[in-house]
Amino acid sequence: MNLNATLFAQLVVFFILAWFTMQFVWPPIVKALDERAKKIADGLAAAERGKQDLELATKRSTDALREGKEKAAELIANAEKRGAQLIEEAKLSAKTEADRIVAGAKAEIEQEAVRAKEQLREQVSALVVKGAEQILRREINAQAHSDILATIKQDL
Amino acid sequence: MAAGSAAPTSGEYIVHHLTHLNSTGHAQKSVIDWTVINIDTMFYSIVLGLATVFVLWLAARKATSGVPGRFQAAVEILVDMVSEQAKGIIHSAESRKFVSPLALTVFVWIFFMNAMDLLPVDLLPRIGEMFGIHYQRVVGTADLNAALGMSIGVLLVCIYYNIKIKGLGGWIHELFTAPFGSHPLLYPINFVMQMIEFVAKTVSHGMRLFGNMYAGELVFMLIALLGGTATVFGFVGHIIAGSIWAIFHILIITLQAFIFMMLTLVYVGQAHEAH
Repeated sequence: MNLNATLFAQLVVFFILAWFTMQFVWPPIVKALDERAKKIADGLAAAERGKQDLELATKRSTDALREGKEKAAELIANAEKRGAQLIEEAKLSAKTEADRIVAGAKAEIEQEAVRAKEQLREQVSALVVKGAEQILRREINAQAHSDILATIKQDL
Repeated sequence: MAAGSAAPTSGEYIVHHLTHLNSTGHAQKSVIDWTVINIDTMFYSIVLGLATVFVLWLAARKATSGVPGRFQAAVEILVDMVSEQAKGIIHSAESRKFVSPLALTVFVWIFFMNAMDLLPVDLLPRIGEMFGIHYQRVVGTADLNAALGMSIGVLLVCIYYNIKIKGLGGWIHELFTAPFGSHPLLYPINFVMQMIEFVAKTVSHGMRLFGNMYAGELVFMLIALLGGTATVFGFVGHIIAGSIWAIFHILIITLQAFIFMMLTLVYVGQAHEAH
């Protein structure tokens, strides 16, 4: 172990290397490290935000789904009610119509019956009158008993 | 020596391996001689220093905040480790702009220089010998000059921050009044204590690294000598001991680099604090 000028040369080399590292090595690496740390922090924050957003969106979609279901159920119920109502109304109107038709038919039948009766009565009375006429022709004047005949006609 | 006809003795082998390739061409005679420079230490430390900044620069050049590749991630882990340590020790963000990169450089550079210890002890010296270079030591940090050079560098950084944070007057005031207090009689004692503290810090800082690596290198040489006996025992011993020591040394080289870096941060951190 001898001391010599190597010591001073080494001293100078020491500072030159340290200066080089300080100038060209340390700053870019430390900068990259800091930037990466920031990026990671930002990324984590973004992930956290994304998670919150997702939670919110999930909640909102659940709400929307539930709302939609409720609305659909309501619509179906309404439609069913309306359908029932329509059927009810149709039944009612059909019944009314049927009643009306039946009533009309009944009235017509009655009228027809009355008319038939009238005709029948007239034919019968005509027959009676004719019969009576033939009977009476021999004995009485038709004109003299026309008022009696009319009365009979009226009673038939 | 080794190139001579006779095989070297154990002593000669060790001494040969512990001799630096310096500007004089032979082993340094006196303990301190500022006219001599170790060419091998300078070569390996500069090459590995350039490798350090090149590797780091490669990662820095393509550094993005996106998904990192394996290489970028590895360098980032290193940078982050140093950065976290620096944040815990030095509270001034302004100072960290220089001290953190300094600590990173020191860590990687020393790690690389220490890792040269894991190459077979004879590999590079033998290759050097083929090209006529007879002395070579490949582990930069096992040279006291390199270790002390770096620790003195840290000392200068400490003095710089002492003056920057406390002001020249404030620092001189601290040199005379801490640690025992402000009293004219205590001034010399305080000053002596401060000087001892600075010297002890710096010397222990450099010596710790040097001592560990020097000892490690020496053990590798002894293990190589064991194999050099060319007996069954020596061969098996070399393999077993060499494997164990190399595996253990993986820990040592990393640990020593880490300790040097941490102490750099601690000393610079202390320079920021008023006593």
